[in-house]
Amino acid sequence: MALQAIAFYLLAAVTIAAGFGVVSARNPVHSVLFLILAFFSAAGLFVLMGAEFLAMLLVVVYVGAVAVLFLFVVMMLDVDFTALRQGFARSMPLGAAVAGILAFEMVAVSAVVANRGAAGDSQGPLAATPDAPNAEAIGRVLYTDYVYFFQAAGLVLLVAMIGAIVLTLRHKPGVKRQVIADQVARTPETGMRVVSVKPGEGIQE
Amino acid sequence: MIIGLAHYLAVAAILFTIGVFGIFVNRKNIIVILMSIELILLAVNINFVAFSAYLHNVIGQIFAMFILTVAAAEAAVGLAILVTFFRNRGDIAVDDASVMKG
Repeated sequence: MALQAIAFYLLAAVTIAAGFGVVSARNPVHSVLFLILAFFSAAGLFVLMGAEFLAMLLVVVYVGAVAVLFLFVVMMLDVDFTALRQGFARSMPLGAAVAGILAFEMVAVSAVVANRGAAGDSQGPLAATPDAPNAEAIGRVLYTDYVYFFQAAGLVLLVAMIGAIVLTLRHKPGVKRQVIADQVARTPETGMRVVSVKPGEGIQE
Repeated sequence: MIIGLAHYLAVAAILFTIGVFGIFVNRKNIIVILMSIELILLAVNINFVAFSAYLHNVIGQIFAMFILTVAAAEAAVGLAILVTFFRNRGDIAVDDASVMKG
């Protein structure tokens, strides 16, 4: 149990520190790297809670896809990021005040909820047993009761994919492209002509 | 030392707060705002998984998975809009975003 407590405090501290690094780093590339660290340690917290499948999903989807997407965009855009940091110090007091009040309220409420709610008398997190691993437990519910929601989630991803492609795709004028229909439609009559060349003059095109 | 539900809820609350704080202090930098939104959604996910684990009910994890899906879609579309905005204006200052019409 002590080992679990050490792991929890370590992962929680790293998650929160990385989260703070995301919002306070000067360089957005560092922000993205802190974001990866935050997601990775949050995945560790999920493992501690017995949600192994979701932890792996977090690593694969966030660390593998979303964070790399962020990294690509940050590195691709040629922006003066120091100019974007103007006003950081000015909005700092208001932000810190709002954040402090919000944190106090939520921690206080969650302490009360955790002690009095239905989860208060729980013996501990749901541990996966060899009979019912976490992934199997999720699959049994996801593919039966929540199958329509599962399909809707797939539709959301499809719409997002098409939307992202439509938004970023552009055809530059002046770029030579292969038009296969034109190539196939070529005949000797359209593709070739006979020119009579006078000696010593060449062909003017 | 037993790690209870309250511990996880406190971590999630602090992470959520950091996300809100990031939106406040980086008002001009839309990339960091998007990353703060990701942090907020991660905090929500930690809450869902914590309640799911301590209530011995797997449905919370299903819901967390749907949140993950929506967050990924949001990040993809948001970054695509950002790239288009940068192409049109050569800058990503969100103060000027109100001139984006049509």
